[in-house]
Amino acid sequence: MKPVSQKAWFLVAPVLLLVAFTAIIPLMTVVNYSVQYVATNAQFHWVGDLWYREVLHAEKFWNALWRNLVFSGIILAIQIPLGVLIALNMPRKGWGVPTCLVLMSLPLLIPWYVVGMIWQMFGRVDIGLMGVMLRDFGYNYEGDPLDAWFTLIIMDVWHWTSLVALLAYAGLVSIPNAYYQAARIDGASGWQVFLHVQLPRMARVLTIAVLLRFMDSFMIFTEPFAVIAGGDPVFLSTELSQTVELGQRAAMSIIYFLIILLLSWVFYTVMTRDDGEPIQTGGKSGSAS
Amino acid sequence: MKQGRFAWVVPALYILFLMTPIYWLVAMSFKTNLEITTRFTLFPETFNLDNYVKVFTDERWRAVFSNSLIYVGLNTVISIAVALPAAYAFSRYRFFGDKHLFFWLLTNRMAPAAVFTLPFFQLYSAFGLFDTHIAVALAHCLFNVPLAVWILEGFMSGVPREIDETAYVDGHSFPSFFVKIFMPLIASGIGVAAFFCFMFSWVEYLIADSLARSAVLPITTRLQALSQASGTDWGVLAAAGSLTLIPGAIVIWFVRNYIAKGFALGRV
Repeated sequence: MKPVSQKAWFLVAPVLLLVAFTAIIPLMTVVNYSVQYVATNAQFHWVGDLWYREVLHAEKFWNALWRNLVFSGIILAIQIPLGVLIALNMPRKGWGVPTCLVLMSLPLLIPWYVVGMIWQMFGRVDIGLMGVMLRDFGYNYEGDPLDAWFTLIIMDVWHWTSLVALLAYAGLVSIPNAYYQAARIDGASGWQVFLHVQLPRMARVLTIAVLLRFMDSFMIFTEPFAVIAGGDPVFLSTELSQTVELGQRAAMSIIYFLIILLLSWVFYTVMTRDDGEPIQTGGKSGSAS
Repeated sequence: MKQGRFAWVVPALYILFLMTPIYWLVAMSFKTNLEITTRFTLFPETFNLDNYVKVFTDERWRAVFSNSLIYVGLNTVISIAVALPAAYAFSRYRFFGDKHLFFWLLTNRMAPAAVFTLPFFQLYSAFGLFDTHIAVALAHCLFNVPLAVWILEGFMSGVPREIDETAYVDGHSFPSFFVKIFMPLIASGIGVAAFFCFMFSWVEYLIADSLARSAVLPITTRLQALSQASGTDWGVLAAAGSLTLIPGAIVIWFVRNYIAKGFALGRV
């Protein structure tokens, strides 16, 4: 067990001060705005939970939340299985490993606005490769909301599936060879190996992948903003940045933040559940053959 | 484990899918605007570098690139400097409120940027820091400090505690032990954390855009202004966009074996 030492607070103090400045003060400002009405003469009036009630009764808030959830749902349904499929088929040794890792990571490190810009150019029906190819099928993301959805989803799949694949791959390569040998002796089929050996050993990394992908797709703003410039579909973050009324915007921020806080708690529980457990080894005997 | 003979087809097709839009951007950057808008060509008819020449010779493009690199660099240095001692504290000691603090840091990593744009604007204006590099660098600490603390804590926990104790017995003071013995041991962890801080600050758009408007305009804000204006100069836009891929490509090379670990906050 780690020793107890309250002096550790001195080591944490710089982080505490910095994050207080970048997070707590701004959040308190938001809380302050969310319970007041700011008149045109910059006078503040206490309004209690008025803004919260207004937001929770606003149809556009629920629509945006619903769209966010549908979007995240579709993203997870595509990216998780696709990422696992790619990880299962990635090379395990030789020159293919670094090649795959580097090329597959590339979209993850492109500025988010540029990701949107790339797809804006790629999808345009006048100058984009995808737009021109699909033009004859009536595709036009600028005019048709359904096509806009399609574009955003394929863009997100392009942008983030590699993250799922890389996490799943990290889980797969940590499986000792002995497990596969045991499965072979038992005469397990490829599907059975996947179901009973690979999937359980990937469970933790996949949970992390699901949570990370859910969080980030739930907060998406920049990429849709770049592609469709705030048109349809409107997400929570878009709705937020388009709300002009200070109090309403603040109340919506707080509600949005509370949802994220709840999700973070789930995430934290999963991430730290296995901390401090001894690392399981067992690859020694298997790797010899 | 055994893979099918044609297993390579899956990653190969996937990589093809990843590369096609990037190819389109890069190909556009070598075309003339006339070619882009009037003729649909898969390959540039002639490789002309005019668009890149325009980007490199235009004072405004050079300024936005250096602005972005300055605040990203500042942010990386600040994040790592404050995260190092904190990560050590989390990995070595239990103290009052440690779990809550660790969780609270995570919530900042997960906080939606859209929530913070308005208060950030007011906070940094109040301190007279609006539209400065340091404002963006500090604001990006919101998600980068938690990220650095979590990643570094993951690496530090892999170093046995006996090393610390031996060093203290040998008469090292805490600062001397930390800098001379401990930091070299987790050098790769510091590198990974630094590259991830660099990357997340480099890719972020919303906060940078709201805090740096005119004097220290970031690259992405300029791209945004130009791409959503009428009469867009597609060639130059594609050239500038292609250049923004380079820092990411360099970062990948250094962290290629730690990408999963970095994204999973050091928990893989």
